[in-house]
Amino acid sequence: MPTVSVKRDLLFHALGRTYTDEEFDELCFEFGLELDEITSEKDIISREQGDTKAEGASDVILYKIDVPANRYDLLCLEGLVRGLQVFKQKMEAPRYRRVSPASSEPQRLVITEETTVVRPHAVAAVLRNITFTQERYDSFIELQEKLHQNVCRKRTLVAIGTHDLDTISGPFTYTAKPPGDIRFKPLNQAKEYTAQELMILYKTDSHLRHYLHIIEDEAVYPVIYDSNGIVLSMPPIINGDHSKISLNTKNVFIECTATDLTKAKIVLDMMVTMFCEYCEEPFTVEEAEVVYPDGRTCQYPELAYRKETLSADFINRKVGISESTEHIAQLLTKMCLRSEVMSDGEQIEVEIPPTRSDVIHACDIMEDAAMAYGFNNIPRTTPRTYTVANQLPLNKLSELLRQDLAAAGFTEALTFALCSQEDIADKLLKNISETRACHISNPKTAEFQVARTTLLSGLLKTVAANRKMPLPLRLFEISDVVLKDETKDVGARNNRRLCAVYYNKSPGFEVIHGLMDRVMQLLEVKPGQGNGYHIQAADDSTFFPGRCAEIFARGKSIGRLGVLHPDVINRFELTMPCSALDIDIEPFL
Amino acid sequence: MADTGLVETLLRRVEKVDGGLDSQDVATSLGVDHQAIVGAVKSLQALGDVISAEQRSSKHWELTGEGCEIAEQGSHEARVVISIPEEGMPQSQLMKLAFGKVGFSKAMSNKWIRLDKGHEGGPRIFKTVEHLEDLVRDKLLLVQKGQASQLEEKEKNELKKRKLLSEVTVKSYWITKGSCFSTTITKQETELTPEMIASGSWKEKKFKPYNFEAMGVAPDCGHLHPLLKVRTQFRQIFLEMGFTEMPTNNFIESSFWNFDSLFQPQQHPARDQHDTFFLSDPAQAHEFPQDYLERVRKVHSEGGFGSQGYKYDWKIEEAQKNILRTHTTAVSARMLYKLAQQEKFTPVKYFSIDRVFRNETLDATHLAEFHQIEGVVADYGLTLGDLMGILHQFFNKLGITKLRFKPAYNPYTEPSMEVFSYHEGLKKWVEVGNSGMFRPEMLLPMGLPEGVTVIAWGLSLERPTMIKYGINNIRELVGHKVNLQMVYDSPVCRLDS
Repeated sequence: MPTVSVKRDLLFHALGRTYTDEEFDELCFEFGLELDEITSEKDIISREQGDTKAEGASDVILYKIDVPANRYDLLCLEGLVRGLQVFKQKMEAPRYRRVSPASSEPQRLVITEETTVVRPHAVAAVLRNITFTQERYDSFIELQEKLHQNVCRKRTLVAIGTHDLDTISGPFTYTAKPPGDIRFKPLNQAKEYTAQELMILYKTDSHLRHYLHIIEDEAVYPVIYDSNGIVLSMPPIINGDHSKISLNTKNVFIECTATDLTKAKIVLDMMVTMFCEYCEEPFTVEEAEVVYPDGRTCQYPELAYRKETLSADFINRKVGISESTEHIAQLLTKMCLRSEVMSDGEQIEVEIPPTRSDVIHACDIMEDAAMAYGFNNIPRTTPRTYTVANQLPLNKLSELLRQDLAAAGFTEALTFALCSQEDIADKLLKNISETRACHISNPKTAEFQVARTTLLSGLLKTVAANRKMPLPLRLFEISDVVLKDETKDVGARNNRRLCAVYYNKSPGFEVIHGLMDRVMQLLEVKPGQGNGYHIQAADDSTFFPGRCAEIFARGKSIGRLGVLHPDVINRFELTMPCSALDIDIEPFL
Repeated sequence: MADTGLVETLLRRVEKVDGGLDSQDVATSLGVDHQAIVGAVKSLQALGDVISAEQRSSKHWELTGEGCEIAEQGSHEARVVISIPEEGMPQSQLMKLAFGKVGFSKAMSNKWIRLDKGHEGGPRIFKTVEHLEDLVRDKLLLVQKGQASQLEEKEKNELKKRKLLSEVTVKSYWITKGSCFSTTITKQETELTPEMIASGSWKEKKFKPYNFEAMGVAPDCGHLHPLLKVRTQFRQIFLEMGFTEMPTNNFIESSFWNFDSLFQPQQHPARDQHDTFFLSDPAQAHEFPQDYLERVRKVHSEGGFGSQGYKYDWKIEEAQKNILRTHTTAVSARMLYKLAQQEKFTPVKYFSIDRVFRNETLDATHLAEFHQIEGVVADYGLTLGDLMGILHQFFNKLGITKLRFKPAYNPYTEPSMEVFSYHEGLKKWVEVGNSGMFRPEMLLPMGLPEGVTVIAWGLSLERPTMIKYGINNIRELVGHKVNLQMVYDSPVCRLDS
């Protein structure tokens, strides 16, 4: 969930009143936000870098507010204030308009064929006669960063570039070139670099190095030029220094390049709708024309208003309330979804503004009505759904066996399903290739290399971690291991196993054998060949030679028991003899 | 039981005196070891109020072994002087005597002897006095006669320093008649025996009282793991509420069932390498229900079923990627799809409690795997109010009565609600779970009827368990680093108390 940091006093000023922290927290809760933290720059620096570094930092109170991941329209002060003011019915939701320039042709951005292979989409718009203050400017920069981190998926899907239009001249060209052919002075650098040099320069940049991988291995890098060959930006990495915006910038050219056109349009709409209120003519955005390689042209920003029609009954039925059509229309209007009751008195026409890209289905509208009504005002009812409960037979059997294994004097362990290759192979004197193990491709540490194929290693690690406990240690676990299985759609399946160990000064084979007899008794399998159970000597590298037997029940091999090999004991950093039982319980379902 | 004869002798002595007796005096006069008398006192005490014995302690001085030797034979220094003949003695010869070394230095400092280092034939010792007063011996003799009080404290301490005297604390009993005093005693039995029951002799016997202050003997037993005890309780609650258990025994899942079928877009951050464990072997899933897969592709990339869709290029390769499931909702999706394939829809209530996996940063409360508890209800006409009502009933069974709901975002539920409960200890609202109605974009492509609503909620098993058992570090609870003592000591689990 993204967190937006806003200055409290600035927020209250914009909201036209002050709140206590508790009151504001309550308002956030109702609106689906969370007042996560009340802090200041000074607090943050002193917490992260120590008190001395915080000396002289601002102690203006900051509210850190958690915003739902799909509400891009609440990622800056401007959007938050607008959302809350409309919610509190202090203002009407503004109408955003796309306008043509007064006395000239619109700005044009021409996309060339070369971009297709690397980053094929671009959209653009102009904020005309805007007035920045330090706060607005900071918010403008911050919103780009928030969008980059969220909807833009760390610039992989969309990258935003903003430019002082008065320093450049269109038409602009969005193309892609070999890195050696791109040369410009990047933002906040003193000299020109080639794209190749930039990639090296930014390798150590704490911020930009995270984006290099997006284009690093491409043959050509995306780049935008103005008509004089000045580089506006090399998306998604860096803008040019030449066109950078400042507090004095009056006209802003915004371009978004993308691998996902839908997201690019959303991001551009967000940038312009959030800040067009500071334009000379508020809530208007000057269009720009994008020319595609095939000659097609499109006007941006889209600022599309979409209409949905739904019935009050639909909302009442889904939420579990019975409100009038008029009231529901009012509730929706509070959520920036301007709604009108249609002539039949039952249907509601809902207008979804460009800021609400999260609304893609009637159920999203229904949720907004429920939020505006107040989740906690909805009567809590009991569904009349009649059903009979059933346990999963495998879990039922496991639950019953657990109880009886504890009654037999064994203590239950709960070990991880993920472990290292070593745990299930080398340490048990097995070869990894014979384990049928499923391998993880992106483990952060060796602890998560494979899904376990046996419960034994987890139990032995539990013993090792509890060597201070009085002997004997008797442990068991009934849980799933994972084995490759071609017959399954995912190529693997779980297998429910029962594993027990006895750790003492003497191996106690008879103890573990007795436990196996008890388990068979519980499962109603009698000793004997054929339909009963029996054990017979087996070779298994995990066990001490001559001290391992295979267990057969109803003619099927179900597992092994025996005294562990001294090398296994050593590899798990144990010192005493240990015997173990490991069986598959699925045949007993 | 102490020697019966001694016990009776003691009782007769107590009978004869007014007031009481000191156990030390009794021992001396009977000529027996004091410990024997103490034994007799203890066994009489165990019989009830026959005698009363008050413990006393006194201190007195005693000679040490070396002290006794000196009292008998004289101090080392005196013996040195006595053993030197008129013509003197070579120092080396003196040193060979048992008392030689200590006696030599003491006698030198008393100036009772002199050393001629230059004597031919080696250093030689001559005595310088004829008669001497052996004060050390005299003092020790006084103590031996029980007249230690005639010595000054300083003198006694000096002898103590020389390890000739020691101060001994003597514990004794002051014995008087008890309220049930009698000179004859009945032997007390320790335990009831089968013979006593058979013969009825228990009726005449007196039994030794038990010490109810002591702890009992710990039973030799096994123990269930606390997290799984809590799991059992949650299972019980779901079963009481009529929920059927889902088969969640498939840790490995395809991205299709884990994400795509839930209308979670392919660019969603949860599908990132940083958040999810992907598999290299088996890397891909095969065999999807083809027509369903096509409807999923369409609803993501183009919309439909009343939705705008996400309008992106949906790729089968992404859906095929195998992962360790990130939530048990993947199983709920499979179950709902299966339900949709039924000839006629029937309402269902499902639950599961099983492991899920996240490739996350680990800390004191987060592991790469944890247990998710999930409940799902599918029926015609379910409302958001129904979801809140059922959550209310569910949490009531956990002993949580005060609930409130916060709007939230989740890609596959709409509306989505975070569930908060009021924590009396912390005096604030804390998040206890997540809930919502599954999106039509998830349900309709499966083929569920239009009017069917599916409500669901989830929470982790570890968090309520850590709160219940007061555990701060999750590693002490889950995994091999568990503290077995904690497992041994953990109480039964009743979630509502």
